Amino acid sequence: MRPPQTALPQTATSQTGSPAGGPPPEVAGEPPLPASARIDLDSERKASQADEVLDALDRDLVGLTPVKTRIREVAALLLIDRVRARFGIATARPNLHMCFTGSPGTGKTTVAVRLAELLHRLGYVRKGHLVSVTRDDLVGQYVGHTAPKTKEVLKRAMGGVLFIDEAYYLYRAENERDYGQEAIEILLQVMENQRDDLVVVLAGYQDRMDSFFTSNPGMSSRIAHHIDFPDYTGPELGSIGRLMLAREGYELAPETEQVFADYLDRRREQPRFANARSVRNALERARLRHADRLLAHGGEVGRDELVLLRPEDFLSSRVFIDT
Amino acid sequence: MRITQGTFSYLPDFTDEEISLQVAYALDHGWPCSVEFTDDPHPRNSYWEMWGLPMFDLKDPAGVLLEINECRRAYPDHYVRLTAYDASYGRQTTALSFIVQRPGNEKGFRLDREETSDRRVRYRMHPYALDRPEGERYAT
Ligand SMILES: Nc1ncnc2c1ncn2[C@@H]1O[C@H](COP(=O)(O)OP(=O)(O)OP(=O)(O)O)[C@@H](O)[C@H]1O
Ligand SMILES: [Mg+2]
Repeated sequence: MRPPQTALPQTATSQTGSPAGGPPPEVAGEPPLPASARIDLDSERKASQADEVLDALDRDLVGLTPVKTRIREVAALLLIDRVRARFGIATARPNLHMCFTGSPGTGKTTVAVRLAELLHRLGYVRKGHLVSVTRDDLVGQYVGHTAPKTKEVLKRAMGGVLFIDEAYYLYRAENERDYGQEAIEILLQVMENQRDDLVVVLAGYQDRMDSFFTSNPGMSSRIAHHIDFPDYTGPELGSIGRLMLAREGYELAPETEQVFADYLDRRREQPRFANARSVRNALERARLRHADRLLAHGGEVGRDELVLLRPEDFLSSRVFIDT
Repeated sequence: MRITQGTFSYLPDFTDEEISLQVAYALDHGWPCSVEFTDDPHPRNSYWEMWGLPMFDLKDPAGVLLEINECRRAYPDHYVRLTAYDASYGRQTTALSFIVQRPGNEKGFRLDREETSDRRVRYRMHPYALDRPEGERYAT
């Protein structure tokens, strides 16, 4: 892991020229192509390896069509910008600060992680890591505490994506001397002046986000992409559940399918429903009951018993008993 | 007189881009960087003032360059250096350290000769800058 301990770095250029694992940086310093040149977009696209991330996004996340469409558009723009740069066509760097709104468990955090990876492959950010923070990480406890705290987070996020969950907590309308305001001001400054160094993604629920933007017009205007994550439909929740099960080596017995669908329909009507996260939790509990059922029954088991979730694993849920 | 201290002291001053490459090298090795400043150029002055705390968990040089620039803005007439520390067991020492800003007019040193007992002579190096109080040593 560690480099040899005797050698001090001589010159950096030879060592850092090609960051391990990353894509080649933009070809700076190369003379622009002549106007008559032709560039094969397909091979450019392949070289960027962006499609792997986009396909994985399609594969791993059910539904979310508007989100996926927008991300594809962003990827296309960045790719075309790169090709334009090769002809020497000057383009301002696009603004990619974003705001993700949607109910709990609609995949905002998950998409943000993928976005960071995608922007890295397309050469928009240098490292492609995601730093996920909330109010507590940015706002201090006493005078003079906030600025260093916020700046430290910003520095850590540089080269990647800063994801601020429930961003509206930064602004407390009822207290005008709240330190959150200071954090917002530093953020605004960096979002404007250091666009090359990081992308900021704010996330939260739609209505609160709207009032946050109303009280902070500066923030709203610095964000180019407002992406809404719709709630999942019943069938989508079903597919999400099956996807999660497949990943963990479980299956629904044929007679369980309908029970699971009923379960989701009922759960959806209940308070504190958190979309895909509720599905995950439901499956976790079904796994508990499944294991408990097998042990209570005792005797021999085969692969099928170990893998199949049966109706009773769901039917004993509170969701069914309460009605 | 241009002072030479730390790594690369024999090279011309780095541009910001070159500084970033060095910082990237340090971060790639897991060495946290810190920024320090002073207006006492004596080579034995090893305790420079810290500009904030060392920066841990950084992935990208932009954050370090930001602090270098803030320090330069606050102390335009001081020496500023960047230090990268290798905390790995068995080394635990500064791995890389170089000057990223120097005062416009570096005043140089004189040699003081002192006679002591038995006709012995001792020499000592005295930076001209130290003739003025701290904070005003390089002010123009
Ligand atoms: N479309 C989807 N397909 C498959 N799994 C999904 C999908 N959307 C979300 N999930 C899963 O649901 C869980 C919750 O998602 P995530 O944490 O991204 O939600 P969130 O919108 O950030 O929620 P919150 O607002 O509460 O922070 C994760 O385990 C994620 O893998
Ligand atoms: Mg989340």
